[in-house]
Amino acid sequence: MAIIFIDNKAYEVPPGRNMLETCLTLGFDLPYFCWHPALGSVGACRQCAVKVYKDADDKKGRLIMSCMEPVTDKQRISIVDPEAKEFREHVIEWLMTNHPHDCAVCDEGGSCHLQDMTVMTGHNYRRFQYKKRTHQNQYLGPFVNHEMNRCIQCYRCVRFYKDTAGGKDLDVFASRGNVYFGRSEEGVLENEFSGNLTEVCPTGVFTDKTLKEHYTRKWDLTMAPSVCHHCSLGCNTIAGERYGELRVIMNRYHGEVNGYFICDRGRYGYQHVTAPDRIRKAQVGDKETDRHHALNEIARVYGPGNKVIGIGSPRASLQSNFALKTLVGKDNFYHGVSDEEHRLTEFAIRILKDGSVEAATIKDVEHADAVLVLGEDLTNTAPRMALAVRQAGKQSFLPSINKIGVPSWNDAAVREVIQDKTGAIFIATLEPTKLDDAASDVYRGAPDDLGRFGQAIAHLMEEAIPEVSGLTAETRDIVERIAVALLRADRPVIISGTSLANQSVMKAAANIAWALHKKNSHARLAFTFSECNSMGLALMGGRRLDAAFDAVRNGHADTVIIMENDLYRHSRKELADKILSQCKNVIVFDCLPNGTTQKASIVVPAGTFAESDGTMVNNEGRAQRFFQVFEPANDIQESWRSILNIGDLVSHPRLMKWKNFEELTKALAEEEPLLSGVDKVSPPADFRVAGQRIPREPHRYSGRTAMQANINVSEPKPPEDNDSGMSYTMEGYRGIPPSSMIPFFWSPGWNSVQSVNKYQQEVGGPLSGGDPGLRLIHCTNDSPKFFTDIPEQFKPMDGRLWLLPSHHIFGSDELSARSAVLQERIPKAYLIISEASRVEMGIHEGEELSFEVAGRTYSLPLKFSATLPKGVAVMPMGIDGIPYVDLPSWALVKEHHMAEVVTVDVNAKKNQ
Amino acid sequence: MDTVMEKPLTEHIRPDGKPLSLKEYEAVGGYSALRKVLGGMAPKDVQLVVKDSNLRGRGGAGFLTALKWSFVPLDAPKPKYLIANADEMEPGTFKDRILLESTPHQLIEGMILAAFAIQASESFVFLRWAYKVAAHAIEKAIHEAYDAGYLGNNILKSGFDLDMHLHTGVGRYMCGEETALLNSLEGKRATPRAKPPFPQISGLFGRPTIVNNVETLCNIPHIVNKGSDWFKRLSRTEDSGTKIYGVSGKVKRPGAWELPMGVTMRELIEEYAGGMQDGLRFRGALPGGASTDFLVEEHLDVRMDYAGVAAAGSRLGTGTLVVLDDHTCPVGFVKNLEHFFAQESCGFCTPCREGLPWVEKTLQSIEDGKGREKDIDLLHMHTRYLGPGNTFCALAPGAMEPLQSALKYFKSDFDQHIHDHRCPYHAIPATLEHA
Repeated sequence: MAIIFIDNKAYEVPPGRNMLETCLTLGFDLPYFCWHPALGSVGACRQCAVKVYKDADDKKGRLIMSCMEPVTDKQRISIVDPEAKEFREHVIEWLMTNHPHDCAVCDEGGSCHLQDMTVMTGHNYRRFQYKKRTHQNQYLGPFVNHEMNRCIQCYRCVRFYKDTAGGKDLDVFASRGNVYFGRSEEGVLENEFSGNLTEVCPTGVFTDKTLKEHYTRKWDLTMAPSVCHHCSLGCNTIAGERYGELRVIMNRYHGEVNGYFICDRGRYGYQHVTAPDRIRKAQVGDKETDRHHALNEIARVYGPGNKVIGIGSPRASLQSNFALKTLVGKDNFYHGVSDEEHRLTEFAIRILKDGSVEAATIKDVEHADAVLVLGEDLTNTAPRMALAVRQAGKQSFLPSINKIGVPSWNDAAVREVIQDKTGAIFIATLEPTKLDDAASDVYRGAPDDLGRFGQAIAHLMEEAIPEVSGLTAETRDIVERIAVALLRADRPVIISGTSLANQSVMKAAANIAWALHKKNSHARLAFTFSECNSMGLALMGGRRLDAAFDAVRNGHADTVIIMENDLYRHSRKELADKILSQCKNVIVFDCLPNGTTQKASIVVPAGTFAESDGTMVNNEGRAQRFFQVFEPANDIQESWRSILNIGDLVSHPRLMKWKNFEELTKALAEEEPLLSGVDKVSPPADFRVAGQRIPREPHRYSGRTAMQANINVSEPKPPEDNDSGMSYTMEGYRGIPPSSMIPFFWSPGWNSVQSVNKYQQEVGGPLSGGDPGLRLIHCTNDSPKFFTDIPEQFKPMDGRLWLLPSHHIFGSDELSARSAVLQERIPKAYLIISEASRVEMGIHEGEELSFEVAGRTYSLPLKFSATLPKGVAVMPMGIDGIPYVDLPSWALVKEHHMAEVVTVDVNAKKNQ
Repeated sequence: MDTVMEKPLTEHIRPDGKPLSLKEYEAVGGYSALRKVLGGMAPKDVQLVVKDSNLRGRGGAGFLTALKWSFVPLDAPKPKYLIANADEMEPGTFKDRILLESTPHQLIEGMILAAFAIQASESFVFLRWAYKVAAHAIEKAIHEAYDAGYLGNNILKSGFDLDMHLHTGVGRYMCGEETALLNSLEGKRATPRAKPPFPQISGLFGRPTIVNNVETLCNIPHIVNKGSDWFKRLSRTEDSGTKIYGVSGKVKRPGAWELPMGVTMRELIEEYAGGMQDGLRFRGALPGGASTDFLVEEHLDVRMDYAGVAAAGSRLGTGTLVVLDDHTCPVGFVKNLEHFFAQESCGFCTPCREGLPWVEKTLQSIEDGKGREKDIDLLHMHTRYLGPGNTFCALAPGAMEPLQSALKYFKSDFDQHIHDHRCPYHAIPATLEHA
């Protein structure tokens, strides 16, 4: 540790970090713009100037930029030095020469870092008396609004978008006072993380376009800590509501999981909550009714004479699944996922539990100095993980860069040294992925061949794994390079997942990680899954979906309660149709209409994440609590609450004992051995600080006495929250809440999201009190038995195609695909075949291919790939127009023909 | 007084100014230094002789050339780079142009020697876009040097390899800053880089790189040939060698001359430039290009070397005087300069990007007769806070040097503009004259 003196007071701090983050960690208010804890320092804005002194006798000192200054022992600086203060004030004054005076009507106002920093420096009187420069704004697509006149040229946007997220279509143009940040021409921002620009931008150049459509100031939002429901990573989010309507999703910092960034699916997928076709009223038969009636109907059906089974869901909370399981009995509770998915998820859990390697957090991936991705198109299956892998690219260079006197946080210098070299990132996938440009080696193969490739790497590390024969010399070279790099690394991470529905890649990933562990205890392994609570559901235990169908088919069940699950996404239509029509009663809890709700005899509206309290388990086995943002109107409520209501109605001996979320969760933690501890993920419902709840509303929340004046001039009583220690009002504890209960980031003088600094133990580190969530899974076996089976090489079949699923960040996830704003980003259905197959089959550009798989004929427009192995085909499952089929499967090629020409009016969309 | 005035850099320039061909250059001893070095000297030997010569960079900062070279790790793997900074864009400066246009082989030989001294395998001439004549000359000379075996693989059968490329910039002052030059050469925006890492360790494409000024490099063959003591004797002062000085402004014979380091400003103006034009009086001069502080009459006998000019409160810079006369408005003069600097700001750091246009607008406003007393405070604020260290690179601090000294030496002119609401140097409009 180093002792430094700030304004003549001694502090003990870690050496080598930059002075700015050190001061911020110590709690000082020091203004800054271009520096960002996740982007590092470049020294562009000159806002964070402080005085530095040679020694105690030096009274004059000199100005330095604290973000560019490494902390050294015995260093003396001053923040309050008049010259430093004056300089900082002038920097704001300079920035303000061209910044509009429109705070009052600017949509960033009230959560604007520039506004905060301006107040902090004390600049308030305008001396600049000339014209301001102005810019043209650009249309940047449906997510992000562009208002260039507000720009203060901090360069953060391009440093995030280009340097951090690998985007290619946002850049900085022109020079001098005319610097412009935008695209070379108007158009949709292509990068999957574009929404982060709204939080990275310190002012209102890039703002959330969806919020703008029904704009609310930050201080007028009712907010709650939530967890993203749109992939298995469980990024922490803040969801904001006003007037009963969900309006915005923001990143909620988590040191181990999402850090400062989330993907666009997570940020913009929320509009399924506000979709016009939301199920808001209960339905019995064909009639809309109230929830009370529907639940009574269910209670009636539940009685003797009916054989009831329950089908849970990987997108429902642990509480909802557990409540259903309790209602129907554990022998009658079925996982609502395909058998293959069920098997793969359980297999992954086995590897993580019975293996020698801990699951990698996203932070582990970000800090890894070698990464192997085996089989996953991360950008589309687990986007935030892809962003982390991209950051890992520089890790292997840092030790040598540090040696030449460049600290890791000196971002521009680090990038100049690295240039366009790629780090130790290796990607083996079926098709090219957007992450490939960050990789130093890529490998393409059919799933089994990826498994073989992985096993070949593992073999070089571990004798117990047999040699893989039949690899080309070129492949052997890559295998060797990867093995060497992984062995050489200090913090290697292997990433795989279930998206290819192939066990061999997961086995190979496990083998490599375990083999590395023998030499390096820092090796980590990450699996990604298909849904937000795939892991939680699998940990809960239950029977397979096929068994549920068998039960109906065999007459062991005639009434099925399906909770937040569209069976048509997990089983073939013919099968689902048959089973559902065979049931006497089909009871469905869900938030949006789908194939399953259409077949239901009773539909109960279910709360979405925003209307629910619950707990989920992410891909690393971390149980995370999400909180209800607002009390939903109409009949909407959490499925678990509806089931507790039913429990009361039928006098269910156990359900009726549990009066609220707290009691339900306690029972869950007690009864499910693998989920033990989930009741401790967040403080209990009676949690108070100095007798006060944590308010969901900022203390500047306005309008509550008037909001409902059209109905009644008396201010209504705010809703009570019996499920958590939070309140739905602006009253309550103003300090920093427990890390799992942060509804929004705010600190005096820090209205923008940058106030997260004040919630962390150290800037960019864990939240105060530790990052939230509880890891349920830990590895337990230091020397697991390696998987020694090597799959056969993939062999194409004449007249058939080995059909595999592809995934899309926009479109593949069920709920976010219903978000209005995502629609134009969702690809149309397609089939990709290899160039070799195209030539062999004599297919031309623009043709469609008809094929039969599992008894159903598909006809899809074709795309061709030079890298796809011959005899393999890929189609995007889950995208509208592609009915479910178990993949992989052999498809029988029928015929090809010219596709109908569909013209899309691009301008029509743009003008909307 | 010097008995014999040697002009090693310029003595062989043809009377018509046309570039010396390879043959002509060889005939006057060209490439003999290269033969000497490749005939048995070690890279360290070359560094040593240059170190002993005390050669300082002629680009403006005056850093010791051999010291700069010594930071390059000699054993670093290939590639390493040597770059001639020929992006001469300092207003009032045209000394490198003479060397580039007339003796391109002298530069090339200097570059090969410097490249050998740091064991670089690749070299670039980063040339100002507007120097079309020089571009042609250098391109031809590089071809000739390749054909003669002075460039390419196994130069003069010594085992030393060096490639050389001509890169013409697009006309940005910023590219004269060595790290912005590197970014530009890499095809990136011409913004400066943070140091560390210094280019000597991590420069072009992340590799060890030396960037030297044209005049600096042209001195190397002569130092190698004639030795460090000879080089020191060329000068009248501590700072060794000759210097190509220039004078522009309303003097009788503006031009550039190679002279012993340390001639006085008075000699330059009165002897070489022929004195002020008739009817004009000397009011001051920027001694080393636009980004240096004004010196005035009391400084006329200041020796034009690094220490001498610094002691007078300015910088030697490029050693090219820009003279201000008593019929030219100092406010307009400085406004013109600030316009240039504001235009040439790369836009990376706030004080430069936002401060310089404000300074320019304020000066324009004063010049237009709309100035206010407070404007002077505003200008002083900028000269103070756009100083070294406060901005990312030296562009804005350089831009403040003529302004701060103008505010000091020509205060009355500023005051008069503000008081009279007009520029006293402009002809008085007829309407006002009769008022």
